[in-house]
Amino acid sequence: MAEEVSLMKGNEAVAYAAIRCGADGYFGYPITPQSEIMETLMVEKPWETTGMVVLQAESEVAAINMVYGGAASGKRVMTSSSSPGISLKQEGISYLAGADLPCLIVNVMRGGPGLGTIQPSQADYFQTVKGGGHGDYRLITLAPSSVQEMADFVSLGFDLAFKYSNPCMILSDGIIGQMMEKVVLPPYKKRKTEAEIREESPWATQGKLKSRKPNIVTSLELDPAIMEENNIRFQAKYKKIEEAEVRYEEFHCEDAEYLLIAFGSSARICQKVVELARQEGIKLGLLRPITLWPFPKDAIATYANKVKGMLSVELNAGQMVEDVRLAVNGKIPVEHFGRLGGIVFTPDEILVALKEKIINK
Amino acid sequence: MELIDIIKPENLVYDKPALMNDNPMHYCPGCSHGVIHKLIAEVIEDMGMEEKTLGVSPVGCAVFAYNYLNIDWVEAAHGRAPAVATALKRLNKDKMVFTYQGDGDLAAIGTAETIHAANRGENIVIVFVNNAIYGMTGGQMAPTTLENMPTATCPYGRDTELHGHPLKISNILALLEGTCYVTRQSVQTAAAVRKAKKSLRKAFENSMAGKGTSVVEFVSTCSSGWKMTPAQSNTWMEQNMFPFYPLGDIKNVE
Repeated sequence: MAEEVSLMKGNEAVAYAAIRCGADGYFGYPITPQSEIMETLMVEKPWETTGMVVLQAESEVAAINMVYGGAASGKRVMTSSSSPGISLKQEGISYLAGADLPCLIVNVMRGGPGLGTIQPSQADYFQTVKGGGHGDYRLITLAPSSVQEMADFVSLGFDLAFKYSNPCMILSDGIIGQMMEKVVLPPYKKRKTEAEIREESPWATQGKLKSRKPNIVTSLELDPAIMEENNIRFQAKYKKIEEAEVRYEEFHCEDAEYLLIAFGSSARICQKVVELARQEGIKLGLLRPITLWPFPKDAIATYANKVKGMLSVELNAGQMVEDVRLAVNGKIPVEHFGRLGGIVFTPDEILVALKEKIINK
Repeated sequence: MELIDIIKPENLVYDKPALMNDNPMHYCPGCSHGVIHKLIAEVIEDMGMEEKTLGVSPVGCAVFAYNYLNIDWVEAAHGRAPAVATALKRLNKDKMVFTYQGDGDLAAIGTAETIHAANRGENIVIVFVNNAIYGMTGGQMAPTTLENMPTATCPYGRDTELHGHPLKISNILALLEGTCYVTRQSVQTAAAVRKAKKSLRKAFENSMAGKGTSVVEFVSTCSSGWKMTPAQSNTWMEQNMFPFYPLGDIKNVE
């Protein structure tokens, strides 16, 4: 049977994928440009079909704490928001990380700081991959660059979150969330039963059976010696994730003399830049990090031995470029090009910037 | 009768609830928390819900409630317990879910979560311990601190011009369509303890009957924060707290 192809927005794809991949709950608060996620879920009424709970919370703060409660009981739960709302969720995200809880958070980024704009941006890179909330923690971060990936990363995000007992974020933006593309939705997966949850997540608060000790989900530990051990355990987990879960895509990199590094919507625009450059005889490639954390630093370090320079192209004032520079470690020039506050660059201006900042420098 | 006869199980008239473990409690002498913990444990046992009860502990003195009752617990961020409990209950409908919160957690930083969980009529029990002070952080002003009552952050007494008025949050919660039972109890005498236990039982039964949100406020003492002996605290509570926070059912939808 041929695959069923649908045409929909990235935000809608997230909602349909969540229902299909066996999610137990979604908790959200409206904010542009991602409100279609909860709107679609409410239209679909999955509580009548799969049993998935969908609830509009009184705030982003409440929504992330509902996620914390659901995740504590071993359920596949998620929330979504856009930049200002994600800032409000940071306390909860830190608690989720501190309690080793798996969950999925979707950020459809818009321009900031502050209330900013509802236009697309990638200015939450630092917030996502460098912390955001308090304490030494990491978020597994997936950066979709198509509506198809918006759908695919819901299931992948839950899988990674549960594999490592860690929150996972889909870091998207207003372009990917709002644009319509063809998408093949994932097949239906059944939600886990209580018995399966007790088996899969023996730490989950499903009710204390006589056969085991109480399960206590907490991030609190007043004894600094034990708290240090907890942190060492987190770091060991993060190291495992860095070793096993790096994902990236290469586009015309084989013979490249110059490399663009870009994620999400910027990477889509940079594909066109590669085409334009190659028409002019410039051997340009594109490396697209799919996981922003863990960052594909080894791949970039390897290319630093092959190419003459790299341009990190981002819808921000220069954030991921810092990680590119760390990976390259001074071997070749690495520059940044970006547009700010919700303005999106054209392929032509990126090509001009590549020439000015790297090729003709 | 020899001692050996007295301690026979058939002669036992009072016992520590089996759900309460032997961990030494961190609560101060005279504190109401220990009695309230015990009552919750007794009600869970009486209802036979030991394997189906999920507790949500707050930030405040009761942050370590999870150390004393042998059930599954989730420790919430400050004020967020009703949101955490909302998801726990909605995703695990056969479980009995309660939050255990102090006045700062419930009526200051968590006011939004409290009001909206109650307004949605979440089928949870909110146990609210109101001792009119922040105990854990060392005796600062709470939203429920009485007028003229001194604390570390209103050392000359709560001046309503400066600090606003003490908040009767339970009366607000009783106005909401989602609450089915809002009551104010205390545990300073044996009679009060017996009455409070009945209220807790009703609240937990409501939650399993799907009647909406039940709130059991305990007007409580904080001997350390109030800088009084336990006996003085009880008297002070009766003379000063009860007139402003009168005991009894504020709302009871049968």
